[in-house]
Amino acid sequence: MTNDLMTDEFDSKAYLDMELLRFSTAGSVDDGKSTLIGRLLYDSKSIFQDQMDAIEAASAKRGEEYVNLALLTDGLRAEREQGITIDVAYRYFSTPKRKFIIADTPGHIQYTRNMVTGASTANLAIILVDARKGIIEQTYRHSYIASLLQIPHIIVAINKMDLVNWDEKTFNKIVQEYKAFASKLDIKDVHFIPISALEGDNVVNRSEKLDWYKGPTLLYLLETIHIGSDINHIDARFPVQYVIRPMKNDYHDFRGYAGRIAGGAFRVGDKVKALPSGFSSKIKSIVTMDGDLQEAFAPQSVTITLEDEIDISRGDMIVRENNVPQIEQEFDVMLCWMNEKKLVPRGKYILRHTSRECKCIIKEAKYKLNINTLQRITDDIEIGLNDIARVSIRTTVPLFFDSYRKNRITGSIILVDESTNETVAAGMIV
Amino acid sequence: MTDYHLNHLKELEAESIYVLREVAAQFENPCLLFSGGKDSIVVLHLALKAFYPASVPFTLLHVDTGHNFQEALDYRDELVKKHGLRLLVASVQEAIDNGSVREEKGFNASRNALQTIPLLEAIEKNKFDCAMGGARRDEEKARAKERFFSHRDEFGQWDPKNQRPELWNIFNGRKHVGEHFRVFPISNWTEMDVWQYIYQEQIEMPSLYFSHKRKVFERDGVWYAASEFIQNKPTEIIEERIVRFRTVGDITCTGAVFSEAATLEDIIQEVAASRTTERGTRADDKRSEAAMEDRKKAGYF
Ligand SMILES: Nc1nc2c(ncn2[C@@H]2O[C@H](COP(=O)(O)OP(=O)(O)OP(=O)(O)O)[C@@H](O)[C@H]2O)c(=O)[nH]1
Ligand SMILES: [Mg+2]
Repeated sequence: MTNDLMTDEFDSKAYLDMELLRFSTAGSVDDGKSTLIGRLLYDSKSIFQDQMDAIEAASAKRGEEYVNLALLTDGLRAEREQGITIDVAYRYFSTPKRKFIIADTPGHIQYTRNMVTGASTANLAIILVDARKGIIEQTYRHSYIASLLQIPHIIVAINKMDLVNWDEKTFNKIVQEYKAFASKLDIKDVHFIPISALEGDNVVNRSEKLDWYKGPTLLYLLETIHIGSDINHIDARFPVQYVIRPMKNDYHDFRGYAGRIAGGAFRVGDKVKALPSGFSSKIKSIVTMDGDLQEAFAPQSVTITLEDEIDISRGDMIVRENNVPQIEQEFDVMLCWMNEKKLVPRGKYILRHTSRECKCIIKEAKYKLNINTLQRITDDIEIGLNDIARVSIRTTVPLFFDSYRKNRITGSIILVDESTNETVAAGMIV
Repeated sequence: MTDYHLNHLKELEAESIYVLREVAAQFENPCLLFSGGKDSIVVLHLALKAFYPASVPFTLLHVDTGHNFQEALDYRDELVKKHGLRLLVASVQEAIDNGSVREEKGFNASRNALQTIPLLEAIEKNKFDCAMGGARRDEEKARAKERFFSHRDEFGQWDPKNQRPELWNIFNGRKHVGEHFRVFPISNWTEMDVWQYIYQEQIEMPSLYFSHKRKVFERDGVWYAASEFIQNKPTEIIEERIVRFRTVGDITCTGAVFSEAATLEDIIQEVAASRTTERGTRADDKRSEAAMEDRKKAGYF
């Protein structure tokens, strides 16, 4: 990728040593999310000539006065026709410090499920606010979803400062309002930046018009926010994805459990327990094609073999003997409902949790949230598209899980409609 | 204490291996679309790692336009032999011969778009319930919208306005009879990641990717390999140049770049300095603003 930020000779070694930051955009429709991503890519010199030519031509054809940077992510025909984002677009760029995966998500309420899709894997969310409009319902909804998803870092970008005369008071007022709301949420790390996505102020380059703002630019924050501690490195969890049994003479008795470590670390010789059987054994080897490892940690994909022959298959979990997750058939989740078909009280759904799949029944809907006030609604608990609710679920087999707060992988579920096979809800175990 | 930190290539590798194993677990009869291009080579390499020491539990499916670079075919056959893989070829020529597709006419005729029908026919005939590909989101704006697990209806169509939500890394591969999935294990890789990985893993590559002498001609600002499959206009002059290819596809629509890059290190330097995307040399994408989206909706890779 061409980048003036890079020196002439591309430094391969540095490239191989980069950290990865996944972030997503959020905020109401037309707050400028896609424009911001376009601006970030453009000003960091991450746009190629042919891409630029294509959006210049498309902008001209649409009769737009300036090059519409939102077209860099709004790639679908329907999106370009309507000038909105419908589904998540993923974009990539890197600076000498980090490599970034961006999920540009839609602001329109109708497409909230796509926003959740983009945000579910993010370490950081940029929530945009239109400085003229201030905080509105979608800002609340997306902030709440970000906190529910436990996105560790939030940047609130107060955008379109060019349309409010770069006014500091307007900025401060929105910051105060947001802080008052955020104090009720579970958000750990929030930053505020005044920007103009259209003109590029404080995105990559510092703005002279916003000289009263002394904080970092958006790119600087993205490059420097500490993300090392975002994974659970304490509780060792290994959901078994697939059993490897080579039909080869050299590996006649080989039986390996393939999976991606969902938390903590495993070492050869560790005493482990297999769930649900509860049988104990020791780790015999950690196998990869590049040679055996002495130790493996989240989020590595490896194959584990055990000292003893015990029955383990997909959906089972290997954990340390002295650190087991909760094992239950009944639990509460916070649900984001994502389907036009409403949740059926006492309805049956297919539930997926790590590599496990089973049937479940919705035992009880406890409350639904009023997004603006965060009040719990208990009288009308019909749960439809875009609602967020707390429900109790009973599964046909025990699940081995942690709370979502403790581990985003072992604490998350999805619900699938048995007749349509559609994913109808995302759930975070309380 | 150990530093529990993965660099970004290792993290991407772990993610892709996870996806490949989900495919093996969730589908009964998956296939891996293998073109002999760098992306499908990397996916195959990741598959070898994902199931080691067992063999790759997929069939390779090559949709053959009949307009191939001989080097790509030789490379493909060598690889299949080396790893004891199963290879199936779906032929565009056969589809033309039996009338399921019609050959395009004229100077810009290309069989690239014609691949969709033989692909869907091969999926149906072999009862594949999942076809994996090496497509990456950074390649093209419609591809930037793809899920890892992408649902296709009974006609093989993609509905980009109504995709299933995909939360965390919980993939929902459930489907009705006759439907299938497309899965893209290296969705999150960039061209640079792919080359860095090839370099790091020292994966053997087809010679087309490295600088070589070739007979080429210019059309609409793109340099193409001269071949028996292309009808040249009288004004098009065939000359010998030092070139290489950034992508390898159908010979009639894959553009060459002038390049002296003879090693993987050279290629990495060249990719780093490039001002255009790799698809900037693909004629098939230049046909219209939504060319890729339209092809994908119809069931293209
Ligand atoms: N004046 C001004 N206009 C802006 C700014 N940022 C975005 N806009 C304009 O606001 C409109 C909406 O921008 P988008 O980037 O498409 O908004 P979005 O948040 O991505 O919208 P959705 O994805 O549909 O939710 C466009 O006309 C932009 O040009 C800004 O900083 N200043
Ligand atoms: Mg947008």
